[in-house]
Parts: sequence; structure tokens; C-alpha cells
Amino acid sequence: MSASSHRLFSRQDIIGFAILAAVIFIVLPLALDSFRLNLFGKYLTYAFVAVGLVLCWGAGGILSLGQGVFFGLGGYCMAMFLKLEASTPENTAIQSTPGIPDFMDWNQITALPWWWEPFNSLLFSLIAVVMVPVMFAFIIGVAMFRRRVGGVYFAIITQAFAAILTILIIGQQGYTGGVNGITDLRTLQGWDIRTDAAKETLYYVNGVLLFACLLIAQFVRKSKLGRLLIAMRDQEDRVRFSGYDVASFKIFIFCLGAGFAGIGGAMFTLQVGFMSPTLVGIVPSIEMVIFCAVGGRLSIIGAVYGALLVNWAKTSLSESFPELWLLGLGGLFIAVVMAFPNGLAGIYAEHIAPRLAALFAKRQTPAAVPKPKPAE
Amino acid sequence: MTDKKIPNALAGPSRRAFMAGGAALTASLFAPKGLRAQEFPTAEVNTTGLAVTDDAVTIGILHSVTGTMAISETGSVQAEKLAISQINAQGGILGRKIEYIQEDGASDWPTFAEKARKLLVNDKVASVMGCWTSASRKAVLPVFEQHNGFLYYPTFYEGLEQSPNVIYTGQEATQQIIAGLDWVTREKGAKTFYLLGSDYIWPRTSNKIARKHIENFMEGTSVVGEEYYPLGHTQFNSVINKIRLRKPDVIYAIVVGGSNVAFYKQLKAAGIDPAEESPMVLTISVTEDEIRGIGGENIEGSYACMKYFQSLENENNLAFVKAFKEMWGEDMVIGDVTQAAYLGPWLWKAAVEKAGSFDVDKVRAASPGIEMTTAPEGYVKIHENHHLWSKTRVGRAQADGQYEVVFETADLVEPDPFPEGYQ
Amino acid sequence: MFSDYSMTELGAIFAMQGFAGLILFSVFVLMALGLAIIFGQMGVINMAHGEFMILGAYVTYLTSTAFAVYVPGLFGIYFFVAMILAFIASGLLGLFVEWAMIRHLYKRPLDTLLATWGLSLILQQVYRSVFGAREVGVSIPDWMMGSLPLTDLIEIPINGIFVMVLATGIALGVYYLMFRSAWGLQVRAISQNRVMADAVGINTAWTDRLTFAIGCGVAGVAGSAFTMIGSTGPTAGQLYIVDTFLVVVFGGTGSLLGTIASAFSISQAQSIMEFFLSGSMAKVLTLLVVVGILMIRPQGLFSLKLRK
Repeated sequence: MSASSHRLFSRQDIIGFAILAAVIFIVLPLALDSFRLNLFGKYLTYAFVAVGLVLCWGAGGILSLGQGVFFGLGGYCMAMFLKLEASTPENTAIQSTPGIPDFMDWNQITALPWWWEPFNSLLFSLIAVVMVPVMFAFIIGVAMFRRRVGGVYFAIITQAFAAILTILIIGQQGYTGGVNGITDLRTLQGWDIRTDAAKETLYYVNGVLLFACLLIAQFVRKSKLGRLLIAMRDQEDRVRFSGYDVASFKIFIFCLGAGFAGIGGAMFTLQVGFMSPTLVGIVPSIEMVIFCAVGGRLSIIGAVYGALLVNWAKTSLSESFPELWLLGLGGLFIAVVMAFPNGLAGIYAEHIAPRLAALFAKRQTPAAVPKPKPAE
Repeated sequence: MTDKKIPNALAGPSRRAFMAGGAALTASLFAPKGLRAQEFPTAEVNTTGLAVTDDAVTIGILHSVTGTMAISETGSVQAEKLAISQINAQGGILGRKIEYIQEDGASDWPTFAEKARKLLVNDKVASVMGCWTSASRKAVLPVFEQHNGFLYYPTFYEGLEQSPNVIYTGQEATQQIIAGLDWVTREKGAKTFYLLGSDYIWPRTSNKIARKHIENFMEGTSVVGEEYYPLGHTQFNSVINKIRLRKPDVIYAIVVGGSNVAFYKQLKAAGIDPAEESPMVLTISVTEDEIRGIGGENIEGSYACMKYFQSLENENNLAFVKAFKEMWGEDMVIGDVTQAAYLGPWLWKAAVEKAGSFDVDKVRAASPGIEMTTAPEGYVKIHENHHLWSKTRVGRAQADGQYEVVFETADLVEPDPFPEGYQ
Repeated sequence: MFSDYSMTELGAIFAMQGFAGLILFSVFVLMALGLAIIFGQMGVINMAHGEFMILGAYVTYLTSTAFAVYVPGLFGIYFFVAMILAFIASGLLGLFVEWAMIRHLYKRPLDTLLATWGLSLILQQVYRSVFGAREVGVSIPDWMMGSLPLTDLIEIPINGIFVMVLATGIALGVYYLMFRSAWGLQVRAISQNRVMADAVGINTAWTDRLTFAIGCGVAGVAGSAFTMIGSTGPTAGQLYIVDTFLVVVFGGTGSLLGTIASAFSISQAQSIMEFFLSGSMAKVLTLLVVVGILMIRPQGLFSLKLRK
């Protein structure tokens, strides 16, 4: 391995981060009106999940088809806090039990369930946004990785979790809002999150948090842990025989991905104004994997672009061809898998980066991203 | 009619009273057929920056044309487009043609919210015809209230809502449920009910209202079972066995979507033929649209409680069915919600013309009391609470996929989205 | 909950409930067999499996319409023709998909998941454009929709019997193909050691293509049979995908017997719980139990010992 891959940032990484920062903090806000900017803010919340997936899947070889579960858990934790704040006795005077969320009242629940109580506290809710998904991931991770479940099995079991949680949320509508989700969220500590100004602020908060996650991810990748992950992905048994506790590393990285997804979910709730079980299920979970695949499963920066690109394509295709856009989207997925298995990052690394490097550098530095090869 | 026990759901004024009160209004509504845009300068009819030009006004159509809900929502899109083209053929609204921007909600609630924002903020549409499921309506509601949009919502739904930014052209739950339960008890002597539904808010709330009515407002009737299955569930043999065990007089089914097809096919195959009426099947979720998928021969003899059936024989409806088939094909069927969606553009037109303006606030103020004598379902009127006065009808499913109307309420039923005693 | 009923009633109900469980078992077997071949033998995750089933359902719909128009006298038996056509149509589509897409991805099993997901989106849209967004009603011959009264209380749905017979037939057919035919021998050889199979002269590329096509064809037949009990619409295929994968994984990949055993246990568990609990909770509990067991025994009920 060359020396550059041991430093936290190689030259390419710095360029990549700088360009992404420019795009998120300067180009998009200048180029887009408030409505579109909010939309891109929504897309960026999926980028949290995609970055987590790069770590789990691209680096660690753990494909989770249940990231929607963690995204949803984070989002629901945030939504519960906001819903409680919106359900003041004055706002809900029309209900038979004022002061509880409206959907509880519709379901003849007359008192706030005990496990909703802590979500009156913002601090608790913010911790829960990260910790609830992490705890959940920890339980799944311990159960699965200690028993050396991996690959396709892991993918399908996580998919089953997505199905279970969706049915559970929909079925327990008195406590969760059911299929409608938790809607009509208004203020955060008195600050109206529905105004254009608030949405703009939230966009920047979202961007900053995303960069924080990206930095953590970069640190993990460049640390010894990151290199072990890649070693595990390629030859798990050899790593195990070398005396490393493979399961613990996997659990850690899975929990980290879940934590990222939880933050993304919370930002989604804040920017969109509600949370619903349609974000928890199997379809969104697979879509999140696709964001990651389109961006390039080995590149955390690519994952962000992947999330932006796919969602932007979805929105603009469905606006232009409301009845045919699925053809285009399906074709895009197939094209990415067949022709560009390393996604946007692969295109960049193979075609653009060498030319850029030739343009700027006096001598060739090896690509920071190890020559990507399709992960299993 | 069990009029003595129902607080106010059926005790509305008679149609005659409406007609007398509304005669002057009706006249003024339909007189200005050939309105010319010059008489209504854009600056005056549009003071809030909506997408209104000197010769066109833009509205939005927001339904799912992809995803699981496309099955149901397609009919609504077709009906709305039909109404728009008919209005344009008559000269439009205030001399302006209606143009529409169609967006796909993709059966995904966040997408509905996104598209609603796009229609209101970017496209500045003057009104939106859209949404189908309660979840999609709940998702867009804050958007409409924040940006002061105006939505015409076509589906029968669970009630418990009354937004200043929505006109509900379908029935709220009591309008659909109570008269049907009364009818089945009175005419068929039903005493015991088995409530069955898909697992989400509309069936649950509807069954709650049905249960309250069965237990508290009728005599000698009881609920012997209540059960919910996940959306999309396709195996109903277990619940069919439970129904056999409990031997209810009536299976009250609020199963939706693809589950419907599975439920009725399996019911028939298990030897419970709705046509034999032991037990009888009463549903509020199967319109002519759904029967296409179920197959008329599998559901023949079931009863459905709706406000509209394609087989209604009145002039309005004959013309509507003819126009619909001309536009969309002879093999089309029209269900309750499709008809309710058809009302949307017409009610909006009436309100705009009454207000003499496209401004949402003025249209809202003008809306209560708007009546429509040309509605396929007969005659409707907008209530103060933004729902429609309309009749409740019971139809018996035929093998050809149509319903034979066997009962209709004598008077229009008052909409009551927050029914006392049913909470 | 049982105190109000006589013993005969209870006996009859349990008999019928047992039968309901058997129908569910047959449905699971039909759903899972095609996938068990593709996923179990080839390691390909075919997310478009549901769409292949729906293709079979649409073929059945077309056949029924054609029979009703051209040979109404033979309508009673159209279903058998429809199933054969469904097998051919789905099989041919499978053949094409394998050639165009899957064969390039054998080294990347998780990528087939993404590509076939894209395929499923495209197929859904194609169905929607061709057949309309609404569900189509497939008329079933009258003789298939009735029920056989065994006693006063027990009635057995004929379509249930039909599904059971069909599931048994297809399971036996697949068993025969897998373990008694030259093709089956080759498939098993390839799934155990592709390189060696290649080396001893098996045409692995063609065997793969045929395997995929047969798996898809079986899915088509399943879809055809499901027109009797479920809906036929562009997105109906998605309803089956989770259950199907769980059945196959729970059974242990590579083991047809495992798939059948797992279909049996999941269906019986679900059917028993559905009787005592509400439908939604029964589903959640069934899934949880399956996932729980998979966590303890990740290789599934039955598994082949393979060299990695």
C-alpha cells in the first residue's frame, strides 16, 4: 500500500470533499429556488443512508436491505417529539382527550402511552434519533454476525425486518399513526419549521451534519478498522484466523451505518414535515441501496452524488412523463449494474480523475480509492 | 328509517327545501355560459398571483398513476379530465380555458407532499383535484394549509377532518355506513355482524363507527367479530373459517385493493356464496372498479353501500356514462369515487363563478351552499363543513359487474365528519 | 372462545382450518419452487420473480378471453392450456433475461438483486401500459370455483384442491428434473463446483440459461394458478416477494426438500396463529419466528454441505 492511503486525506479526497462542499453549500443554494432546494435537502437525507451503506456494503461486504428500518426509526423518534410539541391542549381542543396526538384520539386512546413520555424532551429525542437505530442494529448485528450470517442471508433477513416493522407500525396505528404516519408537524421548540426560511436553515444544518458523517466515514475508512473491513470483505476467514474478532468489527460498522441512517431520518422528518411507514418498508430500503450503487459502492462522496442523481432523475422523469417514468428508472438501475458497476465514482476514477491529475499534478499519485473491483 | 335514534346524520332538510332556497343561485350559476374573459380582467379575478392568464387557468391533477394505488386512482384521473374537457367545451371558467398539470403521487405519501408543494409553489395552480388514500391526503394537508391551496378530494373516507383548504366530494364515514346498517337490519332482519377490514385508518375508523351504531343505536344487534389483515394480504381462508364458526348474519367487509380480489374469490370457493345471503355480505369498499378485478360472478349478491352506482337511471348519469365511455372506451366502468372526482372541477367552476374570482379565499367563501343539479348522482350541495350533502344508496352486485340499486335514502344525508356518540 | 360451540362444530372448524393451512402451504410451494431453482441452484437473487408470476397471470387472462371469444364450448378446460402457455411465456422471457442480463452478473450475486429490481420496475410499467393500471378480472370456469360439501359443516374449496394437486405435480416434476434427468445432474454439478463442471464438459452457459428459464416458467405457472385465489394487476407481484424469499431461505438454499419443509412449517404456523390472533399480528409473529430461527440456524432448515 502506498503512503497516501494511510493519511486521512489524500489529494483526491481533498478535491472531492471540496467540490462536494461547494456543490452543497454554494452551487445548489444559488441555483435553486426555495422549493427545489428543499427537495434537494430531502434527497440529501438519503445520502446519510447511502454513506452508511458504503461502509457496510462497499467496504464491509454486508448488504443490508433493511436500512429503511433505521432511517424510519430515526425519523419516527424526531416525529414523536415534534408531534407532541404540536399537540398542545389548545391545538387539539376539538378532541375528546385534548393534549395527545390526534391519531391517538381517533383510536380511543385516552392517555399518552408511557413510552411516548420521554419524547417530550428534545435532548432525549435527539439522543434517541441516533441511539434507537444503533441499539436495534446492535441487537440484529450481535444475533447475526456472531453466528456468521452474511451475504445473501443477511440481506434477506434484514429485508424481513423491514417488512415486520412496516406491518407493525401500520397495525399499531393508535400508537404510531398507522399508514398515515405522523403528520402535521409544526414547530421545533417554538421555531416554525414550515416556513421557507426555516427550510433553508434546515438545509444547511442537514449539509453540515452530512459532512460530519462523511468525515467520520472517511476516518473509519482510513483507519486500521477500514482496512480490516476490506480484508474481511475479501477474505473473511483469513482475517479471523489472524486473530481478529470479525463479528465485532461488523457489528460496529453496521451500527455506525444505522446511526447515520437515523440522523438522515430525523432530518427527513424536519424538512418534509412528516414521517410515514412508506419510508420504512422494503421498497425504500432497496432504493437506498440503489443510491449507493449508482454513486459507486466504494466511494462515500459518490454515494452522496448517487442519492442526489437518482432522486433528481426520479423527480424530473416523473414530472415530465408521469405515466412512463418507471421505465427510465428501471433502465437506469440496469445500466448502472451492467455497464458501470462502480457507479459515478467508478466513472470519475477511470475517466475523469486521470485527466484531472494529468492536468494538475506533476507526478501521478495513485488513486485514493483502491482500484475498485465489484464487491460481492 | 331508524330516525328516532340517530342524532343528526339523516335529519337533513329535504331536497325540496334546498331547491326553493337555491333556485335563485342555480339560475345565476348556469346563466353565464358564454362568459368572456374581457369582462373579468385578469388583474381582478386573480389578485394572489395564481396561474391565470387572459385566456387560461391552470389547475393540478395529483393522483398515483404508478404503484399499487394506480389501480384505484386511474378512474379519478379520467373523470377529472372528462369534466375539464366538458367545461372547456362550454367555454371554460370566466372565459378562460382550464389547463392542467398532472403529477404522479406514485402511491408514496412523501411524494404526494412533494408534488403538492410543486403544484402550489412552482406552478401556482388555482386548485388541485387529487389524492385518494387518507394517507396521501394527510400528507398534503399541511402543504395546502401553508400555501393556501385548494384541494378537491374525491374518496369516501373516515371523517374526523374538516380543513378550510379541502372540499370533500366523497362521503365521510357516517354518510356511507349508517343508512346501510339501518337498511340491512330493517329489511333483512340482520342481528349479528362480523367486521372485517384491511389494516389502516379508514377501515378501522369505519368499523368503529359501525360498531358504535350496531351496539348503541340499534336494538338487538351485536358485533360477533372484528378482524384486520395487512394491506395486500392474499390468504383469507382462516378468517373465512372464523366467520363460519361465528355464523354472523352479515359480513361487513372493508377490504381494499388487491386483497379484495383474494377475499371474494376465496369466500366463494369456500362455499359462502354471497348470493345465498347466509351470511350476507355488505361492503363499503367495492365499487364497480374493484368488481372488474374480482369478477362479477364471484361477488354477485353482495351488497355495497355507496352514494353512486353506474346503473343509476337519471338523465344526468346517462349523459355522464355516455360521455365517459366516449372519451375513455366502451369497456370502462365507473365507480363511486370516479363520480365524486368528476364533481370536483364542476364544483370549483361553480364556486369561482359565484365568487367572480379565482382567489382561493374568495372561492372558499363562495363554496358553502354551492349546489350542482347536473351531478350524475342526482343533486349535491356543499355543506358549511366542506363536505357534500348526498344520498346513501345500497346496491346488489350483479354477475355483469354492475350494481342493482335496491335502496336509497329519501333525503340527502347531512355530512357529519365529527359524529357525536361515535367517537 | 370455544365454550359456545359443540364438539362437532369445533372438529369441523379445525378440519377446515387444517385444510386452509394446506392450501396456504401449496401456495407457498408454488411461489417458492421457481425461486428455489433460481436462487438455490444458481445463487441468483431474482427480485423480478413476482413479475414473472404476474406474466403467467396475464397470459391466463388473455387465454381466458380468447377462449371465451373463439371457442366458448371449451371454456371449461382453458385453464390447462393457459398454464402451459404461461410456462412457455415466462420461460421465454426468462431465457431472454438470462441472455441479456443475468449471465453477465454471475460473479456478483448481490448485483443481480439490483438489476432484477430494475427489471421488475420495467415489467410493472410494461404491464401497466399494455393491460392498464386496473386489475383485470380472470374468469375461472364454474367447476373450479365451487366447493365440495364433505359433511354438513365441512366444505372443501375446489380451487384449493386444484392448487394442492398442482403444487404436488410441479414439485414432483421439479424433483424429477433435478434428480432424475441429465439436466438436473448438470445443474447440481454446477452448483457444487462450477469450474470442475465446466472442465468435465458440461455446457454451463446453456445449463444456466435453461435453469433460469425453467425457474421463471414455474413462476409463470404459479402466477397462472393464483388467478383463482388472488388479484391480477401490474403491482400484484410485489405482494409475494418477501414471503417467497423467506420460504426459500428458511428452507436452506440448494435444498428442494428444505423449501417444501419450510413452506409447510411457515404456512401451518401462520394459519394456526391467524385463527387465534388478528390477521396483522399473526403475520408479524410468523415473520418474527422465522427470522428468530434463522438467527439461530442461519443455514436454514436443510442445507447442503458445500465447500466455499
